[in-house]
Amino acid sequence: MKKNYLSKKAQALKPSGIRRFFDLAAGMKGVVSLGVGEPDFVTPWTVREAAILSIEQGYTSYSANAGLLELRKEISGYMKKQFNVMYSPSSEIIVTVGASQAIDIAMRTILDPGDEVIIIEPCFVSYSPMVDMAGGVPVHVQALKENDFKILPSQLEEVITEKTKAILLCSPNNPTGSMLNKKELEEIAEIAVKYDLLVIADEIYAELVYDEEYTSLALIKGMRERTILISGFSKGFAMTGWRLGFVCAPEEITQAMLKIHQYAIMCAPTMAQFAAIEALKNGRSDVEEMVKSYRRRRNYIVQSFNDMGLTCHTPGGAFYAFPSIESTGLSSEEFAERLLLEESVAVVPGNVFGVSGEGHIRCSYATSMEQLQEAVKRMNRFINKLI
Amino acid sequence: MKLTHKELEIVEILEKDARIHTDDLAKMVQLSMPETKEIIKKLEEQKVIVKYTSVIDWGKVEDHSGLTAMIDVKVTPKRGVGFDEIAERIYRYKEVKSVYLMSGAYDLSVEIEGKSMNEVAHFVSQKLSTLDSVISTTTHFILKKYKHDGTIFESGDDDKRIVVSP
Repeated sequence: MKKNYLSKKAQALKPSGIRRFFDLAAGMKGVVSLGVGEPDFVTPWTVREAAILSIEQGYTSYSANAGLLELRKEISGYMKKQFNVMYSPSSEIIVTVGASQAIDIAMRTILDPGDEVIIIEPCFVSYSPMVDMAGGVPVHVQALKENDFKILPSQLEEVITEKTKAILLCSPNNPTGSMLNKKELEEIAEIAVKYDLLVIADEIYAELVYDEEYTSLALIKGMRERTILISGFSKGFAMTGWRLGFVCAPEEITQAMLKIHQYAIMCAPTMAQFAAIEALKNGRSDVEEMVKSYRRRRNYIVQSFNDMGLTCHTPGGAFYAFPSIESTGLSSEEFAERLLLEESVAVVPGNVFGVSGEGHIRCSYATSMEQLQEAVKRMNRFINKLI
Repeated sequence: MKLTHKELEIVEILEKDARIHTDDLAKMVQLSMPETKEIIKKLEEQKVIVKYTSVIDWGKVEDHSGLTAMIDVKVTPKRGVGFDEIAERIYRYKEVKSVYLMSGAYDLSVEIEGKSMNEVAHFVSQKLSTLDSVISTTTHFILKKYKHDGTIFESGDDDKRIVVSP
């Protein structure tokens, strides 16, 4: 008899819906991809060079569990300067292996079996599994397109139970690009305070905002003490492959997270940390250039979608447009699959991000203007064929 | 003159890609086509947009005989007109591609394009050096262009990302 070695948990995990499209697209030639969830920019040279230098100088050992103190100091200064939130480098910041690992240790730190975490869909595909794997229960609520994919406080209140431990909030959002403004954050904060909940704020896209000034949740009155703020270098500094993020939280939570972090992973890669120091010290102008470029592409793609009859709200941040494809009569999976097979344009069907994503597709505009123009041309042709 | 935010956006985009279609440009800056055309026309008339050109990698063109030299020129400035008069006498030559007034060890940086070493040598010795205010010249020939006007000629920066990712 052959034993089944796999845990029930591992068996129960569903593979991400994105993978199917990756497999489909990977075998094709000449694909114009709007399916990529990362910047098209290469990491700024000054940052790459700093990492090379650190390797040449032999900084190849472990760092402190929480990350190089110099980097934590830089992060602390950066968060203060950029977002006006204050965290102590010595006790309230951990450098992690991407923002993903930060979310993972946050979940494992705060959840007892059966504790509920409210997850607002459409959202990043990893949230639910991460809650699951930490023994918690993901409770999904749907941000609706008629509200520009912003969650209403009343919707949150409806699903809060005695078991609710935290809300996971991502703004600017992947996949919708929606950004919550100060007033909307205050409304959510009110709920968090009223029911004594934590909020895990995934602010990885905070650098990439285009119209309004960004407000960090931790800045809202009463929230610093109950916010686990997660960010990183992947999106803003175009450093996805470096796997470097960080988490800021009140000391008590941070120190508990640090225990899990040190046993699970010891520390984030040292050379990536040196790169991040350079990014924070000298990367500002690169970030500004990228934001400028994303803004122009966003304007272009949103207007183009609306022109071709795919209604698209103007996303306030990140680098995703989330147009509706309901006018075509196709489901988002059908639309994405046919668009890929017939016109070689890769997009991600909205339903992989949650049920309220159905009827939409996620299009990343983190790609060159030439590629965007080509994608628009092909999509126009595709839509005209459908009608 | 002071440009509006939209005008500045348009100029920056055109500087990177002068051939962009006006309707695409209009979308990028969230203006209508006529508004965008109007702004471009105005900027052209005001000579803020001076000219549209292409960056050519002549190194790729077989049998292309052309070379570029950068010449550091020391001059004696003249009372009343400073460096402007001598600069003008130099930039009027058609061989001269650019002239900049510099801070530091010399005064004018002159870029010359010629068909051959002889041609450039002739220009420097017969024309440039003989000008009254010119004290000295140092000529540097460009051997290879790696990056020009912000463009890397042989860049390996193709898209290395996987096609679909979360």
